[in-house]
Amino acid sequence: MLDLTYETPKPKVIAGAKHDWELVIGMEVHAQVASNAKLFSGASTRFGAEPNSNVAFVDAAMPGMLPVINDFCVAQAVRTGLGLKAEINLWSAFDRKNYFYPDLPQGYQISQLYHPIVGEGEILVDMAPGVARKVRIERIHLEQDAGKSIHDMDPAMSFVDLNRTGVALMEIVSRPDIRGPEEAAAYVTKLRQILRYLGTCDGNMQNGNLRADVNISICRPGDYEKYQETQDFSHLGTRCEIKNMNSMRFIQQAIEYEARRQIAIVEAGGEVVQETRLYDPEKGETRSMRSKEEAHDYRYFPDPDLLPLEIEQAWVDDIAASLPELPDEKKARFVTEMGLSEYDAGVLTAEVANADYFEQVAEGRDGKMAANWVINELFGRLKKDDKDITDSPVSPGQLGGIIDLIAKGDISGKIAKDLFEIVYTEGGDPARIVEDRGMKQVTDTGAIEAAVDQIIADNPAQVEKAKVNPKLAGWFVGQVMKATGGKANPKAVNDIVQAKLGL
Amino acid sequence: MSIDLETAAKVAKLARIKVEDDALPALADEFNTILGFIEQLNEVDVDGVEPMTSVTPQRLKRREDVVTDGHMPEKILSNAPDAREGFFAVPKVME
Repeated sequence: MLDLTYETPKPKVIAGAKHDWELVIGMEVHAQVASNAKLFSGASTRFGAEPNSNVAFVDAAMPGMLPVINDFCVAQAVRTGLGLKAEINLWSAFDRKNYFYPDLPQGYQISQLYHPIVGEGEILVDMAPGVARKVRIERIHLEQDAGKSIHDMDPAMSFVDLNRTGVALMEIVSRPDIRGPEEAAAYVTKLRQILRYLGTCDGNMQNGNLRADVNISICRPGDYEKYQETQDFSHLGTRCEIKNMNSMRFIQQAIEYEARRQIAIVEAGGEVVQETRLYDPEKGETRSMRSKEEAHDYRYFPDPDLLPLEIEQAWVDDIAASLPELPDEKKARFVTEMGLSEYDAGVLTAEVANADYFEQVAEGRDGKMAANWVINELFGRLKKDDKDITDSPVSPGQLGGIIDLIAKGDISGKIAKDLFEIVYTEGGDPARIVEDRGMKQVTDTGAIEAAVDQIIADNPAQVEKAKVNPKLAGWFVGQVMKATGGKANPKAVNDIVQAKLGL
Repeated sequence: MSIDLETAAKVAKLARIKVEDDALPALADEFNTILGFIEQLNEVDVDGVEPMTSVTPQRLKRREDVVTDGHMPEKILSNAPDAREGFFAVPKVME
């Protein structure tokens, strides 16, 4: 596999009133497994259904109902683990995490505390071309989601919808290797990108299909390195956990606020209390979820309803063989084999659909030129219309056709942009449009000479000036281009203008 | 390990079981009897013995990823003390 070289970014430093501080961040991302049915029942996972219609008796925790695991959800977790270069545990087991909440009818969540299905892996978090942070993954486990409580439909009551109850989640736990708010957002971005490439989670943050808990502590410069050397947490400060964030912007704001809060406490001689906090985007602050503290006594124990989950190495190997090319590999290939800049390669590989589109355009053509057209013209135009690549009115074949016409010298770059707009709005075969509408570049020197002669004859004063100041030749080139409707070959025009003006 | 009244009260609270104060000593005693038994079991050397997860040699059953259930909100809600507009209605819980 190809690897791009990279440097490690500098940690974010926040100046306190007394001295400088650094951040240490670990994340727990809950990613909803892309599946048809729930983790332990045959009810649908479809978002937006009528309340309580995607609920089986198992999900509602009716007495006597037993969970039966969804094979595909297990495969998806394995696939995710492989995509994060993690070890897959052929033997894992389910535990009950006990707590009471109205949207958790069982009174416990089935999770994997002691024996998760996926062990240690890693994610390379891209910060800028040539700058990336390797973040270690501690584990991924499978667990059930809870239901949804709605608090604003009635002043005295909360309304509970169990459609989400029992939907499979992957909890992806990182080590405290993230060193600033931007890195935290970039980590979630990269994780989301990998999950979407793998097809194991749709990454829809708005619907809550990907949400993050962020653990933050502060330390003095130098202490983090001591932690990394020894893996001894005593070099780091006490952490607080901010729960359930589903926006990159809020994640950054919350970390920023929380770091400053902790710095203020420590610099005033106080101590940070380990606790769970919530971020309030309206007030821009975090606050303690005191109610969670006592409930933190989860009394985990192995779920007696479920035997250990044993999977075969051959099955894991089959899944490994079906993995797609992942973002890092794709990006490296675009850079090393197609000659793209790392920045362009990064833009094109952000979404697999974009990368696929680009590869179809670049097939048999100049990679850089294809990248320019896809990124600057197509993406720019789609963005203007708020469209996705999948709704692009211009197919890769059509865009490739435009590029071919430029490469053959049939049209100039400027005409190509007009042609692109025509293909975008009206459709059609680019070569035929050029033919039918007389957009072909004029390379016939006779015609260009005639146009140049005409301009020179019409502008004697400019001719005199140009003889003194040769830079004015550009003005003549412009006039000729205008006169020929932009169809003249600019290089040919330039040569002829120079010759005729005797420069 | 010995369970005092405070721990007994906490366990009851975590399990959402109401225990009157005068019933706590008896509850703590029961816990201690159970824990005593567990401690006795702990004396057995189980080093290298795999925990038994099933009495019959069977593996975890799995289902296919097919929607086979649901679409019965009225049945799901039929035991609810209060349900409105398709939702379970519960006393307000706010974080």
